[in-house]
Amino acid sequence: MQLINGMTLLLIYQLAGEVSVRLLGLPVPGPVMGMVMLFLTLMIRGRVVKAVEPASSALLSHLSLLFVPAGVGLIVHFSRLGNEWLPIGVTLLLSTIITMAVTALVMQWVTQLTARREPGHD
Amino acid sequence: MIEPDLTRIWVYLSASPLLGLTITLVAYSLAHRLYLRAGSNPLLNPVVTSVTALILFLLVTDTSYDDYFDGAQFVHFLLGPATVALAIPLYQQFDKLKQVWLPVTAALVTGVVIGAFSSVAIARLLGASLETQLSLAPKSVTAPVGMAISEQIGGLPSLTAALVVVTGIIGAVIGSKLFDLMGIRDDSVKGIAMGMTSHGIGTARAFQVSAQMGAFSGLAMALSAFLYSVFLPWLLSIAGVLA
Repeated sequence: MQLINGMTLLLIYQLAGEVSVRLLGLPVPGPVMGMVMLFLTLMIRGRVVKAVEPASSALLSHLSLLFVPAGVGLIVHFSRLGNEWLPIGVTLLLSTIITMAVTALVMQWVTQLTARREPGHD
Repeated sequence: MIEPDLTRIWVYLSASPLLGLTITLVAYSLAHRLYLRAGSNPLLNPVVTSVTALILFLLVTDTSYDDYFDGAQFVHFLLGPATVALAIPLYQQFDKLKQVWLPVTAALVTGVVIGAFSSVAIARLLGASLETQLSLAPKSVTAPVGMAISEQIGGLPSLTAALVVVTGIIGAVIGSKLFDLMGIRDDSVKGIAMGMTSHGIGTARAFQVSAQMGAFSGLAMALSAFLYSVFLPWLLSIAGVLA
């Protein structure tokens, strides 16, 4: 029953997110808004609502399964991929490496900078 | 008499969502078992092997993606509640996050700008069509959000979804090697870079390295999805990619 309650709660937040972004004309996708709303609820309550735990850990621990149907969607784009495989392939590989490396470097630099500026706070 | 019976059964199955849903789960659980048996070799990422197997299955049986998706949509749909559920690890790691909010914010803002511009710029330089460039721009954003962004900026949501998956796989496969080469040992730094670039697939990989790396990766995935959806249309119009 806890799994069903948790799932229901997640869906209610997603629904509230979808409705509120449409109502307010926000540029944020509904599920992200739902996540923000759930996060704020948890902050206000000061603890994780027990009911959502099992459902959310079930979803998050099998996150990669949820991407499979979208991945199979490559099949629809075979002709585009055939024509543009080089730019698409090179972009995916290079841009992924660049983004990952730069993100890691910036985080490391700023961590070192702030640690140096506030000695003793580490 | 067996032949016509099989045909009848196939006619039933190919028109029912049951088949698409079942083969998705079977392919994934076999792929996951293979992955574990191979000592979690990143090249055998369960998403890669199950997607490949399913595409081959669709080609061999001449099943259309639409028919397959009739069933697979039940799995795909769960991406929405899974995105909402990210609020929980985010909340649980909030104390840790408060101490590092400045480096995390700096890393994610830079990551979003670099991620969006590098993909559009490289694709454009190599002569990709505008539609392809725009579909590539949100490639680091978790599928449901990435698809919504793609639609908003004029890309092809279904192409973006597939590119998002490939980006996730690339990051999950090369991540650890890249961090080793760069001499990065801090799990929180690795987690942020992994989640920023490779969203849920990277996060699934990060959780295998350590709980801390997984939590930071989930955090980066959630926050970068938020930043991308707010800033990407604006960034692209500044860059003159969007009119």
